[in-house]
Amino acid sequence: MALSKLENLYRQMILEHATHPHHHGSLEKADQDIELRNPTCGDVLTLQVEMKDGKVSDIAFSGSGCTISQASASMMTDEVVGKTPEEIDKMVVAFSEMVTGNESDDVDELLGDAAILAGVAQFPARIKCATLAWKAIYRAVKTDDKKSTLGFLRHDE
Amino acid sequence: MGKKMSSYIEDFPILKQKVNDEQLVYLDNAATAQKPRAVVEAIMNYYYHDNANVHRGVHTLAERATKAFEDVRTKVAHFINAPSKDEIIYTKGTTESLNWVAASYGQTHVEAGDEIVISYMEHHSNLVPWQQLAQRTGAKLKYIDLQSDGQLDMDSVRHQITDKTVIVALAHASNVLGVVNPLAEIAKIAHQHGAVLVADGAQSTPHMKIDVQKLGVDFFAFSGHKLMAPTGIGILWGKSELLDDMPPLEFGGEMIDWVQLQETTFKKAPWKFEGGTQNIAGVVGLGAAIDYLEQIGMDNIQKHEHAVIQKVMPELQQIEGLTIYGPQEANKRTGVISFNLDNLHPHDVATALDMEGVAVRAGHHCAQPLMEYLNVPATARASFYLYNTLEDGQRLVEAIKATKEFFKNGTV
Repeated sequence: MALSKLENLYRQMILEHATHPHHHGSLEKADQDIELRNPTCGDVLTLQVEMKDGKVSDIAFSGSGCTISQASASMMTDEVVGKTPEEIDKMVVAFSEMVTGNESDDVDELLGDAAILAGVAQFPARIKCATLAWKAIYRAVKTDDKKSTLGFLRHDE
Repeated sequence: MGKKMSSYIEDFPILKQKVNDEQLVYLDNAATAQKPRAVVEAIMNYYYHDNANVHRGVHTLAERATKAFEDVRTKVAHFINAPSKDEIIYTKGTTESLNWVAASYGQTHVEAGDEIVISYMEHHSNLVPWQQLAQRTGAKLKYIDLQSDGQLDMDSVRHQITDKTVIVALAHASNVLGVVNPLAEIAKIAHQHGAVLVADGAQSTPHMKIDVQKLGVDFFAFSGHKLMAPTGIGILWGKSELLDDMPPLEFGGEMIDWVQLQETTFKKAPWKFEGGTQNIAGVVGLGAAIDYLEQIGMDNIQKHEHAVIQKVMPELQQIEGLTIYGPQEANKRTGVISFNLDNLHPHDVATALDMEGVAVRAGHHCAQPLMEYLNVPATARASFYLYNTLEDGQRLVEAIKATKEFFKNGTV
């Protein structure tokens, strides 16, 4: 037993994203530049977003964090490029629900590879690690019609 | 040392459980200690038999509660060898104790241009109150350097404490580096310059005999919950001549002498600081915890922890890629071991250890300036107490090895 349960959390794809994160670095010109911290662990994440024609055209992140937070950020950046703020809102809600154990049927469709982070739900202490990047993108593309609709955002702010 | 140390586990029902299908090994004692039956039962007995408000009733229960409450004050005074029980103030914990010194003594003694001296190893609770005081008064906050092995740099102590220094505030033992600071020596230096020395005893008091007179400090703060008492009760000790001179911070019931329409006089220390109904059950629990520890003997507890550390340190040091912060020699350390494994983030390590049943802390340990000083974002931390055995140390070593293996291969 023991560490075998860990494989539910640290799937191969997650480890690969953490070791070789996508969109890691910074943008030359960004429309949004957001820094978020996870005060309980000191993790910090900087997210830069460039918008074009109402969609995310480029994105970059940097900072320090654990495997889960780095992998989640890497996967998030892969999935939101080309999406509108409204689409991203839906994704963030789906992600938040998924990692707190309320996985909807369309997570694979909505979240793509990031759906693999569903295993985080079995590790409550690590939910915050997984959601940090998603909180950042939620803020970055903030639309007018959402008023702190997300539990995890309400909780932390 | 009388009763075999490992048999004390029997006194802690919480330790006899499985976590993630493994026998629990609790190594997060620097965060909070587990409570022996004797403490839990003392609180239960208090609520079942003696509960009443203190210092304000003539009935029998009020009498009993008051006696219990004040008897613990005497007990605490003996426990840290304070000259008088009237120097023992009940607080919520170390954080409140230190905040009170800053807000009361600090606010009335520190002026613009004065200096407050702390070190890079301080817990936020012995850092932020002084930083706030410095901002409010225009004083300068200065930091004592550390040696490369994490011990306080005594040259820096002598350099930073000057005639402008009014307050020196230092941890007695570090919650990260496992070092004990030579407070007696530093107190002499502080006093030569006319400064007071405030000691944060949160990490030392549970693990060694404290003698505030030998240490020569002026204030000493500690928490009950780290020495097996409940949460929400702590102590501030201060020299009576300093306490007498300090204004109270919370006004209300209990702390007053005489209240008139436009004016109020206050009780003497310690009661003038204890406004409102106190955490009486917490005080009772603290008394039971002190009884429990003294029955075993603080020296025996320290010896036992040293024995465990002596065994576990070399084994940890043999794990390739494991960095231990603070002195590398076991005999220079307390039972706190902070470490990082390869390039793994300590949160990932702590989750893996938890799967093996081993509870450790991961994060910045409320010491962000120290993390920056060490140039790490965070560390994992294992911290031992009297109920931890050599086998617990072995379990930690094995769990770290398994974790290393897991992350190397992405599987086990």
